[in-house]
Amino acid sequence: MLQADKITVRYGTRTALDSLSFSLEEHQWLMLVGPNGAGKSTLIRALAQNIPYTGTFTLFGQQLNAMKPAERAKLIGFLSQSHSVQYAYTVEEIVRLGRYAHTRGFLSHHDEDGEAAVSHALELTGMTEYRNTDILSLSGGELQRAFLAQVFAQQPQLLVLDEPANHLDLPYQQRIFELIDDWRKQPGHAVLSVVHDLGLAKRFGTHAVLLNEGRCVSRGECNDVLSIENLSNVYRMDVHGWMREQLKLWE
Amino acid sequence: MRKKGFTLTSHLVCLLILLAVLLMCVCLGSVSIPLRDTLAVFRSALTGEATEASTYRSILLSIRLPRVLCVALCGASLSLSGAAMQGLLRNPLADGSTLGVSSGASLGAALALAFGVTVPGLPYAGTTGMAMLFAFGSLMLILSLAYTLDRSLSTHSIILIGVIFSMLATSLISLVVSFSGDKIKSVMFWTMGSLAGSNYTHVLLMAVALLVCGTVLLRLQEELNAFAVGEENALQVGVAVKKVKLTVLIAVSVLIGVCVSVGGTIAFIGLVTPHAARMLVGPNHRRLLPASMYFGAIFLLLADLIARTLLRPIELSVGVVTSLVGAAAFVLIFYHTRKGAK
Repeated sequence: MLQADKITVRYGTRTALDSLSFSLEEHQWLMLVGPNGAGKSTLIRALAQNIPYTGTFTLFGQQLNAMKPAERAKLIGFLSQSHSVQYAYTVEEIVRLGRYAHTRGFLSHHDEDGEAAVSHALELTGMTEYRNTDILSLSGGELQRAFLAQVFAQQPQLLVLDEPANHLDLPYQQRIFELIDDWRKQPGHAVLSVVHDLGLAKRFGTHAVLLNEGRCVSRGECNDVLSIENLSNVYRMDVHGWMREQLKLWE
Repeated sequence: MRKKGFTLTSHLVCLLILLAVLLMCVCLGSVSIPLRDTLAVFRSALTGEATEASTYRSILLSIRLPRVLCVALCGASLSLSGAAMQGLLRNPLADGSTLGVSSGASLGAALALAFGVTVPGLPYAGTTGMAMLFAFGSLMLILSLAYTLDRSLSTHSIILIGVIFSMLATSLISLVVSFSGDKIKSVMFWTMGSLAGSNYTHVLLMAVALLVCGTVLLRLQEELNAFAVGEENALQVGVAVKKVKLTVLIAVSVLIGVCVSVGGTIAFIGLVTPHAARMLVGPNHRRLLPASMYFGAIFLLLADLIARTLLRPIELSVGVVTSLVGAAAFVLIFYHTRKGAK
């Protein structure tokens, strides 16, 4: 589905991502894991064509940077980790923007599936009751769900999520992650996400890429990549000990 | 109203109000002309019949009508440009002046006025041409500098360079004024903004600019909505970000260049009227852009009427009135916005 081949990103003289390669297949949930500054968000921004990079991303056999933005948006849905909104759009208006790529061209505004897609996306994310609410009045978690609904309304085949658990309370964290997990099991779907919470990464990821200082330390199946040894080396701490200590507080 | 676009009823209501204000502005002035005589003159002009009110004919048809039409078109163009810029740059303080296009156009027109740049056979082409040329030149300079600084042409870079460029252009205009000798009065009056002396050539020029650039901007309503939510979000939902940004910037610079060449620098229209429109119809550009056009036209017509009649027979420049009203309104809007945000 998605192949990344020798992706390199430089900010001035600093190499933020160094020749990273990986692939993602249907039904997989690939977790990008690593400490701060490892290059996770840089990779997401490169994939979104938001920053210059070298190397190639190939999606369904086509080079990503050769695709038109609307064509790309029908295949990949991105969820950023933060949303700074300036104007008082309603939740529905935000979600409806997800249909933009489907309403372009000669038959613009004749989006037959649009209404159903918007309603379904609002329902999935528990935002139906906020449909006409001004987004400036939403909490961080509600805003995150509104933008997740926009991504679902886009009806992509690949979801790319940068810290999807940001601002979400525990019930919604569970609900949204289970929802995404169900979504990726549907035909032609896959998920790529940046997650800081190693527990969530291990619980929901099928595959993982462990990054450190812009380089790939390990990639493969989630349980192999997120081993205690790998994590302790990359994070330079006793990850297992810290996790157990946290767990003890609840026992 | 909030779910749909600008409905037919909204268009009709706004058009009726605009027509009523237009008629009022045509009737009132240093010489007030009764409505019945005004309508008789227009009827006779349309049908070619003779009218008893022929004494008013030249005032209405040669002076007031072209001026009032120019004012309405200028108000609509500046307000539409402001609304589009505020959406594109996701900044409620953005308009042509923030981008630096107004200042650039002003500099070009001031140079033409001060040094008597003319085109033989086309009396207004010197100022208009120079204003449009400098508007384009400023835009290209600002965009090139922004691109050198930041390849993604981020809105922050554009605004920052626009503000710096505006300061430079304002200083250069002051320099031009110092060297303009006996033409200092016309340059100064023009820099304050005035649509006195507008004629049908100006009306045609502004109407064509608004028709072409207005159509372009109104067709980019959804793209502007995506930009107003966030440039990154616009890219993610599939907007061709660079292409749309360049199209909007060019359309806006043409509109502002033409307005500045005809009426000088008329401040605050592009800032205040889109704010007022947003408060009434919400931020969705499907409603905001048409509403801003109507509001801008009506606001500038009323401001021009005040400029013409407040201290008659002395005429104020419309820029002074818009700045006074606009600054007060802007402070109020800003205060309420900040208070609401807390």
